[in-house]
Amino acid sequence: MSLTTSPQLSRWLPFEWIVALRFLREGRMQTAFIIGGVAIGVGVIVFMSALLSGLQGNFVKRVLSGQSHIQLLPPKEVVRPLRQKGTAVEGAIVQAPLQRVKSIDQWQSIAAQIRSMPDIKVVSPAVSGSALVLRGDASRSISLNGIEPDLYYRIVPMDEKMVRGSARLASTDMLIGTELASDLGVGVGDKLRITAANGTDNTLTIRGVFDLGNKGANTRTTYVTLRTAQSMLGLAGGVSVLDVTVKDVYAAERIAQRITLQTGVKADSWIKTNEQFFTAVSAQTTVNTAIRFFVALSVAFGIASVLVVSVVQKSREIGILRAMGISRGQILRVFLLQGGLLGLGGAVAGSMLGGIALILWQTLATNADGTPMFPLTFDPWLFVLALVLASVTGLVAAFAPALRAARLDPVVAIRG
Amino acid sequence: MTTNPPPVVQLQGVRKSFNVGQPNETEVLHGIDLTLLRGEFCAVMGPSGSGKSTLLNLIGLLDRPTAGALSICGEDTTTFDDRALTRLRGHSIGFVFQYHHLISAFTALENVMMPLLADAGFPNATITARAAELLDNVGLTPWKDQPAARLSGGQQQRVAVARALAMNPVLLLADEPTGNLDTKSADAVFDLLRRVNQTQGTSVLFVTHNPALASRCDKIISVVDGQVVDGHAEHP
Repeated sequence: MSLTTSPQLSRWLPFEWIVALRFLREGRMQTAFIIGGVAIGVGVIVFMSALLSGLQGNFVKRVLSGQSHIQLLPPKEVVRPLRQKGTAVEGAIVQAPLQRVKSIDQWQSIAAQIRSMPDIKVVSPAVSGSALVLRGDASRSISLNGIEPDLYYRIVPMDEKMVRGSARLASTDMLIGTELASDLGVGVGDKLRITAANGTDNTLTIRGVFDLGNKGANTRTTYVTLRTAQSMLGLAGGVSVLDVTVKDVYAAERIAQRITLQTGVKADSWIKTNEQFFTAVSAQTTVNTAIRFFVALSVAFGIASVLVVSVVQKSREIGILRAMGISRGQILRVFLLQGGLLGLGGAVAGSMLGGIALILWQTLATNADGTPMFPLTFDPWLFVLALVLASVTGLVAAFAPALRAARLDPVVAIRG
Repeated sequence: MTTNPPPVVQLQGVRKSFNVGQPNETEVLHGIDLTLLRGEFCAVMGPSGSGKSTLLNLIGLLDRPTAGALSICGEDTTTFDDRALTRLRGHSIGFVFQYHHLISAFTALENVMMPLLADAGFPNATITARAAELLDNVGLTPWKDQPAARLSGGQQQRVAVARALAMNPVLLLADEPTGNLDTKSADAVFDLLRRVNQTQGTSVLFVTHNPALASRCDKIISVVDGQVVDGHAEHP
């Protein structure tokens, strides 16, 4: 007996794997084309998902980098008709009341209660009101925001938005926007006289100039310390706003409703205050899901059609394998594996294709200053998900042809 | 007094119909009684369409009889499900067809390894050694790494014989294995089957149209119109 070894076949691989791999290798042209087709589909999914995810992330970041996720505001003042004891109305004309700056009742305990909630990151108290800024003959109306810098900067990263000076605030300091600085012709170190609506005035030093990315906001918004704002706006010890950030920005509305329910204070989420923007983001997500679904469907049909042809081509071989004692289950697994391997192979190639397309996009789609148009998301899970989904799609797509192969009557198959 | 060897194949009143229950129902085999003993080499002759291949498919457990009893190695297969039939077929029966039906994606050696690989019970070294030994027995060691499609017709049929013997079956069913071969190759394949029969005691059912080859078998049965007409005719 001459003992020889076959370098190609090994018991390390189960029988079904050996046959599936060989069948794929034998029809290499067919295999290459379908892997190419799957790769294009997966590449499109990877590229589009990363692109849209980056785009959405960028939009959301831009929206949320200048505001909190949830704002707690004191209830608006309302006027009720004056009634006598019965139902008769004494004063029939009801005039809408003026909305004064007022404090949230028991804000310290409310803030502590919110901080103890599991999904909350930061709770920052603030006072906000109107004021007039004067410099020489020029004057501008401004929004005076009193903040606790340590907390507020964790919500709005002012350090990143400073174009001149620093974001550090003392009781006699203020931060102003670029437009206001330009309108008043002032810079870091200059002093401005601020007059509140109640007549209180104060002279503050410009510590820094910021750019919030919005011309209107850069004209009106100013920041001072909480204590300074409280004294100027007549709210000693009080706050008119509690700014809140949460761990999951998309859960903000649900959390806001829970806060309202538990504290009785009106809480508005960024989703509610930016409803149109959020609708656009949701629509984009839906479109992306639909595109993914239809691409996956076309990939599945591609794999299924190739395997249906393969079953027809290999029917005699299937018949002879059955005659050799190979079970229906083994035949089923041979063709399921082929589907899974086509999906996996296509997904690997597609992920690389998508990755290359993303790198090219980052390189070619730039702003005038050479920076990327928006940062793309290179999420490794996206690639893992693409691999798993394509393999599962391949398996599912292969099921019908595999079942057909397993059910072939060996007599008919061998006869051809 | 001599004791008969045990029967490997036993058919009692086996009938086979196609399109059962339909207007075009056709009975192809009409109550076949047949016994093949261990170590017998039996030729099956008959005109085309007489039911020889159908009979072989039934004995090979590739098909089921419509009526009658069929035992292989003493096991009544009438009540067997598909899994049990597949297992018995894989372990006890080898097939050689008129066309070799080798799997073109594999080499000669790998084709012989196939039945062994499909059965989980063999270690890797045993599989390779057994397949190489079988190829050596059919004189194809120099061609063992050749793709099946590159071998000549005679070589391919010898690989098919080696593959059929891989699981060391007690029964070898050969359905006109020399039908597509020239005389020299046909003789070589017949001699190979005869040698296997004599050295290993494998029972062989050998379908052929060649009277010269049939005359070299232990026994000849003739199938005509779905019936065995001289099933017990012993040939010297």
